[in-house]
Amino acid sequence: MTGQAYAGRPNQLLRNLHSKIASIPMILTAVVIFLGGTLWTVFYSFTNSKLLPRLSFVGLDQYERLWAAPRWLMSIQNLAIYGFFSLIFSLVIGFVLAALMDQKIRFENTFRTIFLYPFALSFIVTGLVWQWVLNPEFGVQSVVRSLGWTSFTFDPLYNQSIVIYGILIAALWQGTGLVMCLMLAGLRGIDEDIWKASRVDGIPMWKTYLFIIIPMMRAVFITTLVIIASGIVRVYDLVVAQTSGGPGIASEVPAKYVYDYMFQAQNLGQGFAASTMMLITVAIIIVPWAYLEFGGRKRG
Amino acid sequence: MDDTVSLKGRAAHSASRLAPGPKGKKPRPMFSPRNIMIYGALIFAAAYYLLPLYVMVVTSLKGMPEIRLGNIFSPPLEITFEPWVKAWSSACTGLNCDGLSRGFWNSVRITIPSTVVSIAIASINGYALANWRFKGADLFFTILIVGAFIPYQVMIYPIVIVLREIGLYGSLTGLIIVHTIFGMPILTLLFRNYFSSLPEELFKAARIDGAGFWTIYFKIMLPMSLPIFVVAMILQITGIWNDFLFGVVFTRPEYYPMTVQLNNIVNSVQGVKEYNVNMAATILTGAVPLIVYFVSGRLFVRGIAAGAVKG
Amino acid sequence: MNNVSVSVRDLSLSFGAVTVLDTLNLDIQNGEFLVLLGSSGCGKSTLLNCIAGLLDVTNGQIFIKDKNVTWEEPKDRGIGMVFQSYALYPQMTVERNLSFGLRVAKLPAAEIDKRVARAAEILQIQPLLKRKPSELSGGQRQRVAIGRALVRDVDVFLFDEPLSNLDAKLRSELRVEIKRLHQSLNNTMIYVTHDQIEALTLADRIAVMKSGVIQQLADPMTIYNFPENLFVAGFIGSPSMNFFRGEIKDRGGRKVIEVNGVDFGMEAYPARGPLEAGRKVVLGVRPEHVKVDENVPGREVHDAVVDIEEPMGADNLLWLKHAGQTMSVRIAGARRYAPGTALKISFDMSMASVFDAATENRI
Repeated sequence: MTGQAYAGRPNQLLRNLHSKIASIPMILTAVVIFLGGTLWTVFYSFTNSKLLPRLSFVGLDQYERLWAAPRWLMSIQNLAIYGFFSLIFSLVIGFVLAALMDQKIRFENTFRTIFLYPFALSFIVTGLVWQWVLNPEFGVQSVVRSLGWTSFTFDPLYNQSIVIYGILIAALWQGTGLVMCLMLAGLRGIDEDIWKASRVDGIPMWKTYLFIIIPMMRAVFITTLVIIASGIVRVYDLVVAQTSGGPGIASEVPAKYVYDYMFQAQNLGQGFAASTMMLITVAIIIVPWAYLEFGGRKRG
Repeated sequence: MDDTVSLKGRAAHSASRLAPGPKGKKPRPMFSPRNIMIYGALIFAAAYYLLPLYVMVVTSLKGMPEIRLGNIFSPPLEITFEPWVKAWSSACTGLNCDGLSRGFWNSVRITIPSTVVSIAIASINGYALANWRFKGADLFFTILIVGAFIPYQVMIYPIVIVLREIGLYGSLTGLIIVHTIFGMPILTLLFRNYFSSLPEELFKAARIDGAGFWTIYFKIMLPMSLPIFVVAMILQITGIWNDFLFGVVFTRPEYYPMTVQLNNIVNSVQGVKEYNVNMAATILTGAVPLIVYFVSGRLFVRGIAAGAVKG
Repeated sequence: MNNVSVSVRDLSLSFGAVTVLDTLNLDIQNGEFLVLLGSSGCGKSTLLNCIAGLLDVTNGQIFIKDKNVTWEEPKDRGIGMVFQSYALYPQMTVERNLSFGLRVAKLPAAEIDKRVARAAEILQIQPLLKRKPSELSGGQRQRVAIGRALVRDVDVFLFDEPLSNLDAKLRSELRVEIKRLHQSLNNTMIYVTHDQIEALTLADRIAVMKSGVIQQLADPMTIYNFPENLFVAGFIGSPSMNFFRGEIKDRGGRKVIEVNGVDFGMEAYPARGPLEAGRKVVLGVRPEHVKVDENVPGREVHDAVVDIEEPMGADNLLWLKHAGQTMSVRIAGARRYAPGTALKISFDMSMASVFDAATENRI
């Protein structure tokens, strides 16, 4: 028609070049650190690296040793107890507080500020405060005893069998405010007309919550669950500050096991094997969620 | 934080009560059984959340003899600021005895550049993902988001090796890089979602006007995005200030951030336990994120909720 | 051939497995006002975005002023664009909004001022120059958005549903203004809309699109009166064209379409080819091409009953029962009929359309 040569499609690598250059830090982080680093750790967990990583493969030796170590077994048991109660109590307390806050109350902002402020504090601060509050000589136990109940005993941080609950109390104090906020946002997202309809139908409030509102908040619950769960697996600073894993090894957790073996016991192979187990734990939580959340629908 | 709304609500409420005649809403009595239950439960819960803060403050204002005698909930008979002074300038960590002030300044030197760098990089990532998506970008982003769930312990050692190779292990710069890396998933998600929510036609109009990648970012997107930058700053300042693990792993003792130093002071095995100094030190360490929290108010809530919003 | 302003050749665009535009060809003349009309998802905005360079095409070429711009940056294509949401930069004043592109292109300040002043004068927005977009009404914002295209001093204007965010009154005002602008500037304008009134009133030619394919490209009157297929016939016109499904019959040499036992004589219909008996067809008649209780010589008379009456002021819309179905008829507003009234009606078959029932194309 015009006799002019058709300009071909330009080199695809050079298209959108600025965007690609600007994304280099992200690409490096994703590929080298997140993907490469994870694979590297899993890979070296099959070696007997001690002070320095080295490539002498020992098969599953590190894992066998790991699952025979009393300290690791204790860590896993603690994580299971802590995780189970942490999930249940976070969700229940968080939801109940959110439901109370949703009753068109006065001073909502004040209450919200109070419930959420611990979340701004670090686990170190949280652990140290509760170490003090739960101190049997001066804290809750001594106060109750001084009120006359002299046989009262509540010394979780000095009692091997209940120390993990002492940590749980501190963790709930720090984290339930966040759950409350997420739940409240979910409740506020529910159409007012649902409440009107259930009132017209004469359904009692608790039934409306249980059978209508909570099922409608499924997405919020799942998201919250994933956030709490991935936090549980990571728990480290709190234990370090509150009990340093003690008394004895009674409050050890996997994340601390990994750190100690990598940076103090100079037994890298054990550390890598333990961290790979943590990775597997997280995968067990995340993969079904990701499948439910993203697998069902196709990308637009 | 912000009680103006409820105050207004109260004013409107009493006004409607004064209104003559039966019109208007039926006033709800303040002391109905329902209200007593709701407020009772809320006040009880509030007491649980406030108790540790109260205990921290009163303990830090008491002298040691008083602490040994009384209970932790009783208000101080004699207020002393000595523990605060000691915590700040002369408490011992086992390595040295110059108090928390060194950790405070280290934390400042870590937090400010880490916040700036991580937000700068993540906002550009989010912008590239929202407006200039290239082939494969979604894959990298997916890896990044999945990576946010991987326990830090899995990736720590490879990072140690990388930093050692480039000579930054133990330095402040190295720690800044680590904070940038681990802040990237959530911040990138935050910015990507925000930039995607801006009208796409605005971006198209700017392209027709001949603006390129950087011109659109600086001239169009940045001026429209101040709130989200504030949210990201809150998220990063509190997160980085509160970090403990990276501080221990990636820095030398002279660069230890405040949290690490606090832990060393309180959990130091040497000497007599000075609970009042410990509590003063704990408050001092928590002060910065608490101030950020109280000042930022609703934006803080938005920031943490942003971490929960899926992409 | 050098009268062609924008030329689209074999253009295809797909996102993964979804084909949005399918080997599309379109030539737009210099100074022409072309409207891309279709319902949402038909690919009209996508086509406009391809022409603007905001979307990478999968296949094919785009020429603007004889230059292959398929892979050029939007700014280098010699186009200006106006968006549905106005897309004004919120943090800049009107003046900065207008001049942003010129400043990016590093034009001399004097030239920028000259162009902004001229655009402001044409659109009568001089008093607004120092304001921010948030201080403007919807109509004023869209005027500024048009001004931003004006200052670029280009030959081709692209409009992406520019009036859809405005209320009905403003929409008709601005429609007239866009038409006046076109008459005075005489630029090429490509205008995307889903509103058939806008299309019919503004366009030199309309391209009706569906599923990424141009169904018909013609001037508004041809589109309205001689739709190429069933989709175009049903899409254009409000109320919609009446459709009767039936079969062509030969009644002793006379061709009729039989619909539920009623014969429609087709002598007056300008058929493109022979009407073969036995063919299944759809007969389409617009509401205004039916006469009620008026004797027109040479036309056969049908019986119908009034079902519902919708008086609309100037017009009166009757819904009638005829040939076993409901049909609409537009008559003068003064003539009123109660429901249930029996009527005599006749059809203007010279203005009717007949489509093959299987291919849906005009015959």
